[in-house]
Amino acid sequence: MPVVPFLGYVATFLLLPTAIVVFGAFDGQGGITFDYLRALGEPYVVASFVHSFVVSAASSVIGAVFGALLAYAVTTGNRDGVLRRIITSACGVLALFGGVALAFAFIATIGGAGLVTVWLGNHGIDIYAHGVWLYELSGLTLVYAYFQIPLMVLVFLPALDGVQPQWREAAENLGGTTWDYWRLVAGPLLTPAFLGATLLLFANAFSAFATAAALISQGGIIIPLQISGALSSEVGLGRENFANALALAMIVMVAVVMTLYALLQRRTSRWLR
Amino acid sequence: MRHSGRYARVGVAVGAVLAIAGCAPPSTSGAPSTAATATSAAALGGMDALVAAAKKEGQLNLVSTAPDWANYAAIMAGFQAKYGIKINDDNPEGSSQDEINAVKRLAGTDRAPDALDIGVRELADTSLFAPYQVATWKDIPDAQKEPSGLWVQDYGGYMAIGYDSSKVSAITSVQDLLKPEFKGKIALFADPTASNSALSAVMMTSLANGGSLDDISKGVEFFAKLKKAGNFVPVAATKATVANGTTPVVINWDYLAVSFATDVPAWTLLIPSGAIVAGFYNQAVNKGAPHPAAARLWMEYLYSNEGQNLFLEGGARPVRMDAMTKQGVIDAPAAAKLPPVSGPGNFINLNQATAAKAYLVANWANAIS
Repeated sequence: MPVVPFLGYVATFLLLPTAIVVFGAFDGQGGITFDYLRALGEPYVVASFVHSFVVSAASSVIGAVFGALLAYAVTTGNRDGVLRRIITSACGVLALFGGVALAFAFIATIGGAGLVTVWLGNHGIDIYAHGVWLYELSGLTLVYAYFQIPLMVLVFLPALDGVQPQWREAAENLGGTTWDYWRLVAGPLLTPAFLGATLLLFANAFSAFATAAALISQGGIIIPLQISGALSSEVGLGRENFANALALAMIVMVAVVMTLYALLQRRTSRWLR
Repeated sequence: MRHSGRYARVGVAVGAVLAIAGCAPPSTSGAPSTAATATSAAALGGMDALVAAAKKEGQLNLVSTAPDWANYAAIMAGFQAKYGIKINDDNPEGSSQDEINAVKRLAGTDRAPDALDIGVRELADTSLFAPYQVATWKDIPDAQKEPSGLWVQDYGGYMAIGYDSSKVSAITSVQDLLKPEFKGKIALFADPTASNSALSAVMMTSLANGGSLDDISKGVEFFAKLKKAGNFVPVAATKATVANGTTPVVINWDYLAVSFATDVPAWTLLIPSGAIVAGFYNQAVNKGAPHPAAARLWMEYLYSNEGQNLFLEGGARPVRMDAMTKQGVIDAPAAAKLPPVSGPGNFINLNQATAAKAYLVANWANAIS
């Protein structure tokens, strides 16, 4: 029975809110309604979903590639070295450095009057010659990458640590080149872990809210912002149930992603023992 | 919340458990006092009786009352100093809708808000409010109060283009905003589909471009043009973005610009002639206020000469301004500091706001993306 507190916690803070969201999405004042789900087909809502997907996918791929390279660089060094400790600690902090502070850090650095922008401008380089991209999807992707890369390092390091040097020695003894080793041994072993971590990053970006809210407050460019708009709109009746429908759609998407992640994790854990 | 069905009751039950577990302080008002139904201080036996009852409660709950909004920091400090009543201000950066949500969500708990400061849209459902008439009731123009006192306008202002005159050249009209020198410099501080004040900002540009209070489309077109020119940035303007020069031009209520001026002395306001949009906020007492006497005393304070002058100091125009000017009790230096207005203001009514909102929901995101 030691799991009872845990189950109670999960039920209160995870299952109950989810149930409220699911029921709310169909709650038509004393009956079941599909109006809210139908409203998900509105062009501006569909556009937000596409934006959310694009930003999450782009920032997770960027984060995964660069994060994996950084993690690999770390594992080539001393496992108990100072450098590794510094990098993992820094990643632990930066992976959770999001929200308004992060958005403002970027605004102050490369915003219209940012330090770097002004310095480059004085040297004849206008980074916003083709529009102020910091407040577009590309800018959001860049800002998200800032916490995606460190997160990738944290979740991918254990997989890289699981790669035994003996495998490489064995490959070389059997006449394999470095390319052969990566293509036939390390690559196939690390791929599930890499893809799984990428999916985790996707879910992480998909649900991020505060960073985007501080950076792009107009037009509900991604779904979390649409939910916020539906919940706390001053200029219309609060459309709580539409927010529930949006949240339900997000839950479904994240559930699919996390199911894939779990399957990939299972493959990875086979040889990580 | 409009949940129906069983899961809502489960939610309430869990919420109640959490509230108990969250060691909420014991309610200060045991039996419902007569303050809860008093419609004026006189009904309670005069101001002294009201003050005594409020002091006994000892606390006042407010929600979404931003300290840097219309000088509320000084007003709250003044109230606390004068009566020794502690103010709890929850979620200070929230919207008017958040206040209504809080009234419904926290109903029956001692954390429910006592009094509200809300926009015109939130007056649609007055069943949440208790009627109360402040001592200075007759000074308030009839058009600016609900006859029984369910809501009363408190302070207001005009939609203005604020700009940092040390960073950009002087702005004389709405059309100036299209100039290339404003590239990446113009911002609102919220999404107009979600905020009354941002909606009024778009409405102001609509009036300047041949629209009317019934037709906000010209304003949306204007912002689409600004966006295309690269002048409009979708970042939420805050004191920080203004201070560091990211958003040197912000369109919002003139009395909110005061908080920018503390960091940016060169902050200048233009209330464009021919596009004068006025807006007042409203006070209401929560019918289920946990501190009914303190809620009413707060109202009395806001509408006293002292409270009204504090609004004025914050650059807002208090609702009793005309009467106080006649009575000679207005803070003349503060009144002289208000930005000049060249004509009568246009007030957006509830129906116009609803129509504008519907148009914005359908068109705003497309126009600025």
